[in-house]
Amino acid sequence: MPEAKIKPLTLNFGPQHPAAHGVLRLVLEMNGEVIERADPHVGLLHRGTEKLIEYKTYLQTVPYFDRLDYVSPMNQEHAYALAVEKLLGIEVPKRAQYIRVLFSELTRIANHLLNITTFALDVGAMTPILWGFEEREKIMEFYERVCGARLHAAYLRPGGVHQDLPAGLAHDIRAFTETFPKVVDNMEGLLTENRIFRQRTVDIGIVSPEDALDWGFSGPMIRGSGLAWDLRKAQPYDCYDELGFGVPVGKNGDCFDRYLVRVEEMRQSLAIVAQCLDRMPEGQVYVPNHKVTPPRRAEMKQSMEALIHHFKLYTEGYRVPPGATYTAVEAPKGEFAVYLVSDGSNKPYKCHIRAPGFAHMAAMDFLCKGHMLADSVAILGSMDIVFGEVDR
Amino acid sequence: MDRASQELGEQIKESLPEGMVAIAEDSGELVLRTGIDSLLRLLSFLKDDQSCRFTCLVDVTAVDWPEREQRFEVVYNLLSVTHNQRVRVTVETGEETPVPSAIPVFNAANWLEREVWDLYGIFFDKHPDLRRILTDYGFEGHPLRKDFPLTGYVEVRYDEEQKRVVYEPVQMIQEFRRFDFESPWEGILNAKNNALLPGDEKTVGLD
Repeated sequence: MPEAKIKPLTLNFGPQHPAAHGVLRLVLEMNGEVIERADPHVGLLHRGTEKLIEYKTYLQTVPYFDRLDYVSPMNQEHAYALAVEKLLGIEVPKRAQYIRVLFSELTRIANHLLNITTFALDVGAMTPILWGFEEREKIMEFYERVCGARLHAAYLRPGGVHQDLPAGLAHDIRAFTETFPKVVDNMEGLLTENRIFRQRTVDIGIVSPEDALDWGFSGPMIRGSGLAWDLRKAQPYDCYDELGFGVPVGKNGDCFDRYLVRVEEMRQSLAIVAQCLDRMPEGQVYVPNHKVTPPRRAEMKQSMEALIHHFKLYTEGYRVPPGATYTAVEAPKGEFAVYLVSDGSNKPYKCHIRAPGFAHMAAMDFLCKGHMLADSVAILGSMDIVFGEVDR
Repeated sequence: MDRASQELGEQIKESLPEGMVAIAEDSGELVLRTGIDSLLRLLSFLKDDQSCRFTCLVDVTAVDWPEREQRFEVVYNLLSVTHNQRVRVTVETGEETPVPSAIPVFNAANWLEREVWDLYGIFFDKHPDLRRILTDYGFEGHPLRKDFPLTGYVEVRYDEEQKRVVYEPVQMIQEFRRFDFESPWEGILNAKNNALLPGDEKTVGLD
């Protein structure tokens, strides 16, 4: 009997599929159930952020960064604030640095909670998302208390942070650091030794350290492959060099290792949060230069000059000296960077956003080739993709 | 620029033929300027040389300077994990001149170059798959060019009669308002003698 030839099948995955993590359209060329070629079509969430930024003043630009990777807004504001401060040549006070790091790490926990639990949901575990989102909600409440918004914070601004921590918040964050480890343990109890979870993730989507660098990977994607590369350690910004924390690395570079790296990163982030609370000095939370940061409300009632500064700052904004900088931070998903070009006016001449997810998405074909269709979902989940930042 | 980057810059310049790269500093970061012809050679040198080992291409982007003769500046940001260093490589190109694709050196260049092609219209020579990436299917124009309007040219809406999304020319109910806040307030203090202050150009011909 002649061998039956299977016709290659083209499969459209998304853009409306719940496991596509947003609006990914993945065109798969299948040989039976094996993927021969994956062609991701991105850009369905493209909003022209970089173009819009060229028409906004430096302060008006801040909220756009909340809308890129909408599950880790503050880390991105952090990158932008550092870039503007580098061009301006200012250094923010210590207390502001500690508050920034505190909230960057809380954001990292919130981000990993979302990623791990939805990843588990994609490969068939329902409970972690119910447990994880309860904790995520607590972090959202901290967000709300510090800046008034649960998601779109606009809190870390060039020159410091917008306002000091409200009374009692530090106490409540401390209480959170004491109860949260138990939740991580419980969640890990559901997944790490789970037979089904392991069958779906171990040895799936293996990346060697060389390939990871060649494809421009960063964050847990590169640490899962065994490279201990973390910008918080290698090129510390703000007060990270004063804090003690570990950088977890994987061994095999598969989906399971990336999951383990994220779990351990949550514990390390929690340690950083506790240290920030211990060591946070008193003092100002913004640069006292009112050409960059607004004067306080009370001051404006008394001083004409403060009133003028306030008006000028919120209409004209401040001018940034000409120059260009590439400033990167270790966002939860990897190296998030801003390439900011200033021509000396009050608006950025160019602001390019380097999103970690974009590089990871570009390697989708490389990662999926030869895997089964169901594995593409596991690979996608372990990459931690959010389309707000990929499509910009 | 710290000493390590400075030494690295000198070393790179010495190891390559004369006139191939120019070293510059921008906000304390090392910048290497080169020409289109020597771009690939410089990138592979930076990747393979033992004292460089810039094995990770983190970013490719471009900047549009319409008033310059060579309008675009293509910017490559590289990272060396081995030596914990960063370097920026820039080449200048015009609207018509293609830039050689960096895919033979870095796989990561593939999508990054597609993005630059999509948003700026800079052509990459020998790129295997130079399709648009971020903009809509069938989009026309290159939106990050300075002469592309912020509002674009077409808008979409769902048409109830045709039962599909239709494309129409952009209609602005209100004109796009670009407030001119550039004031001479700070300028008086900073402007060098007789420099034109913002707003001065409006008075030309009034007296």
